Amino acid sequence: MRIDCKHVWDYLSAYIDGDVDPDLRAQIDRHLETCEICSAVLDSTRNVVVLIADERVFELPAGFSKRLHERIDAMIDADSASG
Amino acid sequence: MPTSSSPEFEAECIRRILAGEKQLFHELIRPCERSIFFLLLSLLGNETDAEDAAQETVIKVYQNLRLFRGESQFRTWVLSIARNEGLGRLRKLRTLREDSLEADTDEVTGDYTPAILTSWREVPLQALERQELAALLREAIQKLPAIYRNVIMLRDIEEMDVRATAQALGITEGSVKVRLHRARAMLQKELAPKLKGYAPERKRSFFGWGS
Repeated sequence: MRIDCKHVWDYLSAYIDGDVDPDLRAQIDRHLETCEICSAVLDSTRNVVVLIADERVFELPAGFSKRLHERIDAMIDADSASG
Repeated sequence: MPTSSSPEFEAECIRRILAGEKQLFHELIRPCERSIFFLLLSLLGNETDAEDAAQETVIKVYQNLRLFRGESQFRTWVLSIARNEGLGRLRKLRTLREDSLEADTDEVTGDYTPAILTSWREVPLQALERQELAALLREAIQKLPAIYRNVIMLRDIEEMDVRATAQALGITEGSVKVRLHRARAMLQKELAPKLKGYAPERKRSFFGWGS
């Protein structure tokens, strides 16, 4: 069975995560071999996933951890004082 | 005591904290800090509120530590507390608009058409040195509806698995997958045309439309 582009797009995310069954994966792979559009859509989606996972994109605010642990210290002190 | 954030380390740590070694709580919570903050940022939309809610979350984790049963990963349990903290604040602010965080509307509707482009293959990771690219990515994620933003935050940014994401957000694994798919699709559509400009120089591409 041949699958169309729309069908491939529906499974793109699952395909990237390796979460499609072997039969469907083989069909998608065959489609990708001949469809430049779908393989570009797949590559760009995968690139977006790689980029947003980079730790330089989402950084904790400066001093976040220090302030959090100061708060924890204050809480532990209060907890210890109350028994 | 085992090092790293393994379940054994966590269980041992919790046992000792409850037995009185309270300072160990710092080490227990440290590996979860980032996920707590970014889940709350995705819920609340600004860093000040997210930081405040993150501190409250950590206090609640400490106060409820003896309730942790080890049925889920420690981080998952912590994130469900963070989520409740975030949702509670949203309810107070009455900012739960139409993109309700609790409605589980994942019926397959709407035809999604990706951004069509043919030659962007390399990932422009080195371009992240430039702040504008990172800002572009953050902005695109902030623009997603909250129910998609939460899922992509935990799955693709904090790299949690489907099961843990579902548990932390209180939704089914099926919903996690559907929402992740839509979130990635929306980001591809929004970002691919813009990011193409950041792709490294490469040899001329030989494929074209319909070839």
